[in-house]
Amino acid sequence: MSSPLGTRFPAGTFLPAPGRGRLGHMLATQAGIELRLALRHGEQVLLTVLVPLALLVGLTLLNVVPLPEPRVAMVAPGVLALAVLSTAFTGQAIALGFDRRYGVIRRLAATALPRWLLVAGRLAAVLGVVAVQMVLLSAVAFALGWRPAAGGVGWALLLVLLGCAAFGGLGILLGGTLRAEIVLAVANVIWFVLLLGGGIVLPAAQLPGALAGAVRVLPSGALAEGLRTALVTGQFPGVHPILVLLGWALVSAAVAARTVRLR
Amino acid sequence: MRPSPTTPSLDTALSVRGLVKRYGGVAAVDGIDLRLSAASVLTLLGPNGAGKTTTVEICEGFRRPDAGEVRVLGLDPVADGERLRARIGVMPQGGGAYPGVRAREMLKLIAACSARSLPVDWLIDVLGLTSCARIPYKRLSGGQQQRLALGCAVVGRPELVFLDEPTAGMDPQSRRLVWELIGALRRDGVSVLLTTHLMDEAEALADQVVIIDAGKVVAQGTPSSLTARSGEQQLRFRARPGMNLAALSEALPSGYRTEEPIAGSYLVCGQLNPNVLSAVTSWCADQGVLADEVRVARRSLEDVFLDLTGRELRS
Repeated sequence: MSSPLGTRFPAGTFLPAPGRGRLGHMLATQAGIELRLALRHGEQVLLTVLVPLALLVGLTLLNVVPLPEPRVAMVAPGVLALAVLSTAFTGQAIALGFDRRYGVIRRLAATALPRWLLVAGRLAAVLGVVAVQMVLLSAVAFALGWRPAAGGVGWALLLVLLGCAAFGGLGILLGGTLRAEIVLAVANVIWFVLLLGGGIVLPAAQLPGALAGAVRVLPSGALAEGLRTALVTGQFPGVHPILVLLGWALVSAAVAARTVRLR
Repeated sequence: MRPSPTTPSLDTALSVRGLVKRYGGVAAVDGIDLRLSAASVLTLLGPNGAGKTTTVEICEGFRRPDAGEVRVLGLDPVADGERLRARIGVMPQGGGAYPGVRAREMLKLIAACSARSLPVDWLIDVLGLTSCARIPYKRLSGGQQQRLALGCAVVGRPELVFLDEPTAGMDPQSRRLVWELIGALRRDGVSVLLTTHLMDEAEALADQVVIIDAGKVVAQGTPSSLTARSGEQQLRFRARPGMNLAALSEALPSGYRTEEPIAGSYLVCGQLNPNVLSAVTSWCADQGVLADEVRVARRSLEDVFLDLTGRELRS
């Protein structure tokens, strides 16, 4: 009982009319889908929103970590740095690892979508998630009494963008080269290590000497310390965190460009 | 209003000459020549590991050949990759989509990559994906994933479509849909390069079949020219297993071959005529058995394929 050729597919249905879509439309569609995927994926939301929120509230209200008062002034910048780490690095790496496993990168590379746009779309989606995180976390911190120095907000934004670039490059490097299960494990371990010993929960100054020096050249330490300086004092956070983040971004992007595999 | 074809169709949609691709020291593709005429269907038929997918991936620009010349729509797939990809549609083996994406979202994304795509909702509907349009890709059945991948391959109104084992994992209804769609592509002037290891698929769809094995072309031609070789025909029937083949041969004129390839399934090969058919059924009657499912046919593509690539199961 096959329908005769022509009822399901009338003549001329597939008449060729090829051509590349508009770049802006491609970018918006891809970034929109990846943003929605990130926001409706339960484990991603746990990692990017719920854990940072819990740490923000917990570290502010409970005296588990020795911090100067007002505690929220030290906690909030660290949690913002954690949010960038979670989304741009861990979430991104895991998503990319599994996207490769499910063949989507290869699928997209077989369309007219240029390769640079493929990366741009992912980074745009990361920026979208980070924007949601910043608004949400800042609002909750504000409710807990956080009053960041207004003069430092511009610098903080710059640092967050650089943090997205550094962690985004590292996330693409990790997620683009290893097998999905290994990416999952490594990305989570690094997240946990950087959270505890990478300058996010504990400011570098409170870590033992040798570790403190190392933390300052880590992207997590540079981002968290830079945000603390900018948002507590309202001053320029210095060239050090900017250079550290820029360095990680450039190195990871250069290595990723050579090593990332479609599948 | 339908757009007219953007380029005057060339005579040859795809040509491959002397293609070689090695992995390590092993040649996965070892000197293959292909030619796909515009608006026709070329089927690469071969066992698993024959080099079909490697050949297709080289034509799509995903792999660099070690030797040989490849022209797809007149372009070099590696050097002119971006220009080429705007004109072709690809269904990779095993599909490809974000694990959490919904079918409609995925098709919309691929549609956005082309200038004049087919209507996405219509395609979702005609591919039978409406009922699962909101289910994440990783939870779709294999057949549903394949149909989505097929939709992604054609949504951009390409001139040339690569379909790598498009019906793998599909139920019979879905296969029929895919066959119908491929027929419609060809009718509307789209060139199709198809790989399969299903004989009936190659027989039903292909204008030209190229049988490859261990990276080499072992036979090619239209399905009828491949199966009509030497004009040999076959008479097949089923009966009690283990009948005396020598006695059957004696009952027939000389020049006929008799076999029992599978227990209870008999084969008589040679130039068949009504007398031979009659002799076979009478002989069976003399044995007191009914010759069941009697069928006279030319050699199937499967016979050609097995003759060329061997009947042994390969590890």
